[in-house]
Amino acid sequence: MIGVNVLDEIFIKNGLIVAFLTVGVMLFLADGMSKKIFNKRIPGVAIAILAALVMAYFGGDKGISNHSFFSGMALLGGAMLRDFTIVATAMGANLSELRKTGLPGIISLFIGVTVTFFVGGSIGYAMGYTDAVSFTTIGAGACTYIVGPITGAAIGASSDLIAISIAAGVVKTIFVTIITPLVAKKIGLDNPSTAMIFGGMIGTTSGVAAGLAATDPKLVPYGALTATFYTGIGVLLCPSVFYLLMVYLL
Amino acid sequence: MKIYGVAFLAACYLIGQVIGKYIGIGLGIGGNVGGVGIAMILLVMINDRFYKKTSLHVETQAGVLFWSSMYIPVIVAMSSILNVKVALSNGWVAIFSGILATSCCYLLIPLISKWSQLNLKESTE
Repeated sequence: MIGVNVLDEIFIKNGLIVAFLTVGVMLFLADGMSKKIFNKRIPGVAIAILAALVMAYFGGDKGISNHSFFSGMALLGGAMLRDFTIVATAMGANLSELRKTGLPGIISLFIGVTVTFFVGGSIGYAMGYTDAVSFTTIGAGACTYIVGPITGAAIGASSDLIAISIAAGVVKTIFVTIITPLVAKKIGLDNPSTAMIFGGMIGTTSGVAAGLAATDPKLVPYGALTATFYTGIGVLLCPSVFYLLMVYLL
Repeated sequence: MKIYGVAFLAACYLIGQVIGKYIGIGLGIGGNVGGVGIAMILLVMINDRFYKKTSLHVETQAGVLFWSSMYIPVIVAMSSILNVKVALSNGWVAIFSGILATSCCYLLIPLISKWSQLNLKESTE
């Protein structure tokens, strides 16, 4: 028993180091599977991310990091290191390429937020959430899991509505992570310009980053650059213009 | 030294965070608006400027590139801490609105991409 206690203590104390080891082993195994079983048709990164999502399901509200053994995953996969490493990927980005798609990138942000809000809200409407507050909160949640709760709180939505909006945003992130490498070819997602538009249209930084990593890591900085503005624009539009519009319409 | 690169990256990141925060406050919505994006633009521009003159020292670059390569492990770790259970257990409204709204955006991407390429051709001609 003493042995187990000692191990426990060491693993919990050194959470971040355990996370390095865990992720390293996961990626190693996933790469092996990709080569041996799937003939490289499914990238190792995609397999590792899928495995991570399955692990998260067996955790709690913070995924696998609710288990003290894996608590370091919350630090390694938290917002600070996520944003820090995303900024670092800009090292591989080309300035003229960024300039070229600047305007379409910005336009795609507004189209992305608007389309997502109204389609997401309409689905809520069709399923019985017919008042303006519900429409706005669910529509905002479909944008990202950050836009949802901020919007809901701003317009006085109930906590179960906010829970639905967060869930919608997390569903989106998971969906984008899994589906992006599968549809990349069909939507022409193989160049920096389209990656920037993709980031603006889809917006969830986590999903865009994970989806592009599994598709082609070279595209990550371009997609991430526009995606990081998406939540800001969503938070700007949803509780104000869009909410007032819904109050007027419903 | 590699640490120069890491410090340079940290500086870009922090400046981006501060500017993003002020934009958020300025727009009256709190939070951080595009802080990461601003940091990325900063990094690309400074890198571009230096590259033409002296080229960032190889070792300095290696400090940034290490963190850039840590990006995929971070994403894997991030996926493992999502609240997947809530996403799947909060009913069909969340699942349908999340997936269908996003699917519409996927369908629009080729259209906007095509439009942007047409625009680009016109502006260069």
